[in-house]
Amino acid sequence: MKKNNINHLRELESESIFILREVASQFENPVMLFSGGKDSIIMFHLARKAFYPAKVPFALMHIDTGHNFEETIKFRDDLAKKYGVEMIVKYVQDSIDEGKAVEESGVGASRNSIQTITLLDGLEELKVDCAMGGGRRDEEKARAKERFFSHRDEFGQWDPKNQRPELWNLFNGKKKPGEHFRVFPISNWTEMDVWQYILMENIDIPSLYFTHKRKVFKRDGSWLAHAPYMQLKDSEELVEMDVRCRTIGDITCTGVTLSKADKLEDIVEEIATTRVTERGGRADDKRSEAAMEDRKKEGYF
Amino acid sequence: MTDTNTTGGYLDMQLMRFTTAGSVDDGKSTLIGRLLYDSKSIFEDQMEAIELTSKRKGEKHVNLALLTDGLRAEREQGITIDVAYRYFATPKRKFIIADTPGHIQYTRNMVTGASTANLAIILIDARNGVIEQTLRHAYIASLLQIPHIVVCINKMDLVDYDEDTYNKIKNQFMEFAPKLDVKDIRFVPISALKGDNVVDRSTVMDWFKGSTLMHILENIYISGDQNYIDPRFPVQYVVRPQSDEYHDYRGYAGRIDGGIFNVGDPVKIFPSGFESKIKSIDTLNESLKSAFAPQSVTMTLEDDIDISRGDMIVKTNNLPESSQDITAMISWFHEKPLRLNGKYFLKHTTSDLRCMVKEISFKMDINTLERNFDDKEVKMNDIARIKIRTTKPIFYDSYRRNRYTGSFILIEEGTNETVGAGMIV
Ligand SMILES: Nc1nc2c(ncn2[C@@H]2O[C@H](COP(=O)(O)OP(=O)(O)O)[C@@H](O)[C@H]2O)c(=O)[nH]1
Repeated sequence: MKKNNINHLRELESESIFILREVASQFENPVMLFSGGKDSIIMFHLARKAFYPAKVPFALMHIDTGHNFEETIKFRDDLAKKYGVEMIVKYVQDSIDEGKAVEESGVGASRNSIQTITLLDGLEELKVDCAMGGGRRDEEKARAKERFFSHRDEFGQWDPKNQRPELWNLFNGKKKPGEHFRVFPISNWTEMDVWQYILMENIDIPSLYFTHKRKVFKRDGSWLAHAPYMQLKDSEELVEMDVRCRTIGDITCTGVTLSKADKLEDIVEEIATTRVTERGGRADDKRSEAAMEDRKKEGYF
Repeated sequence: MTDTNTTGGYLDMQLMRFTTAGSVDDGKSTLIGRLLYDSKSIFEDQMEAIELTSKRKGEKHVNLALLTDGLRAEREQGITIDVAYRYFATPKRKFIIADTPGHIQYTRNMVTGASTANLAIILIDARNGVIEQTLRHAYIASLLQIPHIVVCINKMDLVDYDEDTYNKIKNQFMEFAPKLDVKDIRFVPISALKGDNVVDRSTVMDWFKGSTLMHILENIYISGDQNYIDPRFPVQYVVRPQSDEYHDYRGYAGRIDGGIFNVGDPVKIFPSGFESKIKSIDTLNESLKSAFAPQSVTMTLEDDIDISRGDMIVKTNNLPESSQDITAMISWFHEKPLRLNGKYFLKHTTSDLRCMVKEISFKMDINTLERNFDDKEVKMNDIARIKIRTTKPIFYDSYRRNRYTGSFILIEEGTNETVGAGMIV
C-alpha cells in the first residue's frame, strides 16, 4: 500500500469502530448481541479496538435456544472470562416454561422464530436502549436496505418505510422513551471481508468453522448436523462426513458444508470459489422468499 | 482470484463506494445485475431464485434486474423506493454500490446515497439522450461533491451501436457540464443487457477507444478523494480505562476527518482554544507515529486539558472556520416543509446543538438549475440555500473543502426524525 492509503479491511474496520463509539456515546444502556458466530466475534473484536486501552463499556447478551453446538457455549464463556466482560444469557426455554412462547413441533421444528420473544423480553427487562447485532447487508435481500442505526418502535418492531436517512457519518440515535435502536456496526462487511479480516488479524474462532467429522443428514438439499432433539424423516439417513460450519446458529436450522478446510487460508480460498450463499444453508430463510423481512418486522436480530 | 485471496494480495485491495442514478427503465437494475454477474458475485441459489421468478413472470431471458430487488412492498409495487446497498469485489477493489431510485420524488434517497460516494454512474438511454432527469442526477452528484462521474450511455444495442448517437449525447451532456462542479467526467457507451463495455470490451463498438466501465471502476485514482491537507479530528469519545495499568490515561477517540496528524504535532483544541502537543496515537494493534483520514484512532496529549465529545482537535497552523451564522445548501427530506424561524436539532461532526432557520435565500430548480427567488416553500425533495444561526459556534470547513466537517443534518425536535441534510457553503 502507498503512503496514506488503507486497504478495504482497515477502512471497514475504521467505519465499524466509529459506529461502536457512537453507540457508547449516544445510548445509556447498550448491549451487544452475541451468538458465538464469526460475525459477533469480529464485532466484539472491533469493540475491543474501539475502546482500547479501556474495557468494552457494555455487556454482551446471548439468546440461548438450548439447541446449540456445545463448542459455541464453551467458546462464549471462555471469551467472557478472557476479556472480563459481562455475558448476559437469556434462555428460550424460560420463555416456553413461562408460557410466553409456544414451541413448534414436528419435523423441521425450530426455536429460531420464538427467539424473538426471548430477545424482546430480555431487552425490556434490562431496559436496553440499543442492541448491537452482527447483521450484514450482503446476507439477504431484506437486509440490503437496513440502516446502521435502525429505529424500533415501543413494540420492538421494524418499519422499513420509517427509517431515518443516514448521510456522511452523522447518525441520529434520538428516541422517545420506550423506543430502542438496533445498530449493525458491520453492515458493510461481506462474508469474504469477514474471513479475510479474521485471517489478517488472526482472530480466534470456534473449531466448528474448521473441518471435523460429524453425523449429518440431508434435507431440502442442505446438510444438517444431527442433535438428539431433531426428528428425522423416514427417508433421511445419518451419515458421518467431513464438514465445517459456514454460519453458526441454532443447530436445528444451520446447514453445514462438506469441507476439508483446516486452516483460515483454506477457508478464505473455499469462500472464494463457493457458488452458494451463506444463508443458502439456513432452513429458516428458505421457508419463504420474504421470510427474513417478516421476521425482521417482528423484531428479529 | 486464488492469489489475491490467500497470498496476501487481499491486503492491497481498496474500498470504493459508488452510486447509480438513472430514470426508470434506463437499465439501472440490469447494469448492477450485470456487474454482479460478470464479476462472479452471484451465487447459484440466488441465480436459481431469479430464474424461477423470471419463468413465473413469463420472461424469456433471466432478468438480472431481479437480483437487486429489495423489500416486499417494493416488489409488489414493482419499484425501488429506498437506498439499497450492494457489494461485490474484484481482485483490485471491494465495491459498495448505493443503489438509489432516480425519480424526482426520491431526490432525498439520491442525496443520501451520494453523501459518501467516490463516484457516480449516471445512466442515459441512448434512444432518449440527455433528458431533464439527467441534469438533475448530475446536479446532485455535483452538489454532494462526488469526485468522479461516469456517464453510461446505455441500450446502445437499440441504436445499432451507432457512434454518432453516442457522440451527440456526449456533446449534449458536455454543454451543461460547465454549470456543474465536478472535476472528472467520463463517458462509456454500453449495453447492460448484452454486456458490451460493462466488464468485457464490446466487439461491436470497436470505434470506442476508452475504458470499459469495470476498468474505470477498478483503476480510477481515488486516493486523492480524501482531504489530506486540513487536519481535523472531532472528538467522539473519551477513553478513560480507570485501571491500575492505565491509571492516568486519558485518550481522545475519533475518526480523522481530514489531514494527517503526527506524534509531536502542535495542536489546538476548539472551543477552548487551549494548545498542546500530540503525545501518542494508539490502537489495539500498535502505537502509530502518524494517522490520517479516515482512520479511527485514539490520541493522547502532552497536557492535561478538559476535552469532551464534540470538541475538535486541529493543527495550530491550519484552523477551521468558526461561526454561529452558517450559510448552507439544504436537501429537504420530510413531508412537513422547512419552517422559516423554526428551531431544529443540528448534528455536525460529533457535536449536537440547536439552530434556528434565519433565512431561505432561494430554492434550486433542479431540473433547469435555475435559482428560484419567488417560491420559498422548501418541501420534501427540494434543495435550497438557507441561513441558520446555531446556539454555539461550530468549527467547520466549507463542504467543497471537506465533506465531513462541512456537512450537518437537521432533526425535528418533537419526532426526532432526520428532516434535512446541509452542505455548508
Ligand atoms: N435492449 C436493451 N434493453 C435493456 C438494456 N438495459 C436494460 N434493458 C431493458 O430495459 C428495461 C428496464 O431495465 P431495468 O434494469 O429494469 O431498468 P431500471 O428501472 O433503470 O432499473 C428492461 O426490460 C431491461 O431488460 C440494454 O442495454 N439493452
